[in-house]
Amino acid sequence: MAQQASINKTLTIGEGGTVIAFIALAVFSIIVAAKAWTPEYAFHAYLFAAASVATVFAIFNRYFARDAAPVPQEIDGKPNYNMGPIKFATIASVFWGIAGFTVGLIIALQLAYPALNFDLPWTNFGRLRPLHTSAVIFAFGGNVLLATSFYVVQRTCHARLAGDIAPWFVVLGYNFFIVIAGTGYLLGITQSKEYAEPEWYADLWLTVVWVAYLLVFLVTLWKRKEPHIYVANWFYLAFIVTIALLHLGNNATIPVSIYSSKSYIVWSGVQDAMVQWWYGHNAVGFFLTAGFLAIMYYFIPKRADRPVYSYRLSIVHFWALIFIYIWAGPHHLHYTALPDWAQTLGMVFSIILWMPSWGGMINGLMTLQGAWDKLRTDPVLRMMVVSVAFYGMSTFEGPLMSIKAVNSLSHYTDWTIGHVHSGALGWVAYVSFGAIYCLVPWLWNRSRLYSLRLVNWHFWLSTLGIVLYISAMWVSGILQGLMWRAYTKLGFLEYSFIETSEAMHPFYVIRALGGALFVIGSLIMAYNIWMTIRSPYAAGEAKRPQLVPAE
Amino acid sequence: MTYQTLANFAQTWGLLGFMALFGLVLFYALRPSNKKMFDEAARIPLEKD
Repeated sequence: MAQQASINKTLTIGEGGTVIAFIALAVFSIIVAAKAWTPEYAFHAYLFAAASVATVFAIFNRYFARDAAPVPQEIDGKPNYNMGPIKFATIASVFWGIAGFTVGLIIALQLAYPALNFDLPWTNFGRLRPLHTSAVIFAFGGNVLLATSFYVVQRTCHARLAGDIAPWFVVLGYNFFIVIAGTGYLLGITQSKEYAEPEWYADLWLTVVWVAYLLVFLVTLWKRKEPHIYVANWFYLAFIVTIALLHLGNNATIPVSIYSSKSYIVWSGVQDAMVQWWYGHNAVGFFLTAGFLAIMYYFIPKRADRPVYSYRLSIVHFWALIFIYIWAGPHHLHYTALPDWAQTLGMVFSIILWMPSWGGMINGLMTLQGAWDKLRTDPVLRMMVVSVAFYGMSTFEGPLMSIKAVNSLSHYTDWTIGHVHSGALGWVAYVSFGAIYCLVPWLWNRSRLYSLRLVNWHFWLSTLGIVLYISAMWVSGILQGLMWRAYTKLGFLEYSFIETSEAMHPFYVIRALGGALFVIGSLIMAYNIWMTIRSPYAAGEAKRPQLVPAE
Repeated sequence: MTYQTLANFAQTWGLLGFMALFGLVLFYALRPSNKKMFDEAARIPLEKD
């Protein structure tokens, strides 16, 4: 009888429940599509319906292919890690990365040569700019965070990822959100909140996906065999929880109708601005910082084969960052209708952030103690170490720019764009590239990357690109700020706006050149990763003899 | 509850509460008897399985 039961294959509650939920969503989406007020919204509703139907098919296909018994948690006493969703997110991050960098290059060229917007609504700067920011932050960065968090939580807990369908739902559902957001921008659907442009229905979908993400992460921690929760997991958890909170607070909107993509936010006036920058700055603090610090705390020790320099410092780093970052948002609203005390508060907390940021940077760099020689031979480690140096540099620059006197010169100028990119390209993208170069051989069970020479090319081309980018923006930003505030003897503004725009032109060309180098670097990475996955070198195989560098 | 009572609470007990909580974190991180556990935790990424 017991044997009989083990042979019979039935749908699990998770499979059955998901199928029912997605059939219901498909039917609902088709009704919405039929009654939608605009064709763009109908298109999105049809996308929801198609994705729901595809999900139902995928679940049944998977059901017919799988064994009757559930997937074992352990095989021969070793955890049976779940790497499928991680592989998907890793490939997705490379794809979205190239897409996002390329759109960035296009809009950089549009600023230098405005004719390149082709006078089409879909390709104008206003629509492509959020496409670029969301593609690099949420699509590229988000997939890197999904991949690494699912990898790190399993390896540091010695436990298989929780859930059967849930990890796939998180990864695929998140990428579906990206598709809805990105196509929405091109079609003109936006709620005009920076870094939170997707409309209410995309936000609701992301909320469901994010709750599933939190649950998968928490239950995996709960199942851990290792008594201590490693510090990287603390950073990931802070990232997941805080982003959930920010997302709900900043997207408290009421749709005009369920058949319309348009919604209105419940906050008004300056409160709305404050909530937006509470969100915006903490998206930087918890998405682009806490999440990627988790990558630093796992991948740098692993690649350097050295323990974390000071675990105590990592704990203080974590809590100090969490306590302080959340208050820094008002520095985005200097000299606005926001009360003066709130602006000063944001400035003061931004300055205090120097301490945890630099503490963390020192901890990351000093982890190389005793392994500095590896920087000469391992371009992957070099990439990650340079990323930590950029983290230090941009977290020094940020608080500096939040000082009101400095901000009066830098705000609304290209200096801000340069600052953002020294953080985004130098820190976030570099630590992500390092993690991807580590992850791919581990995930596909290869003994090494296809070519370290190509990693070297990627490193030097993109470093040159970043330097061109940020130095062009420093010069152009300060020039712009000084031109805007220049008065004649009679008290009139010295320069018209178009004169300042003309003065920017050479720097915009240099910036686009830097961006092009960065895109070329990412294409080299994609080729290297493709060849690594295709290469026959399975891990454990004897490596070809390699030349040893002279010491 | 008015804005004023909330602001008063946040600027007194809220502030002290956060400071105390951070003090506890420092105590946990710097306590000498935790050193061995932290030294082991620092090696978690290097473990093989």
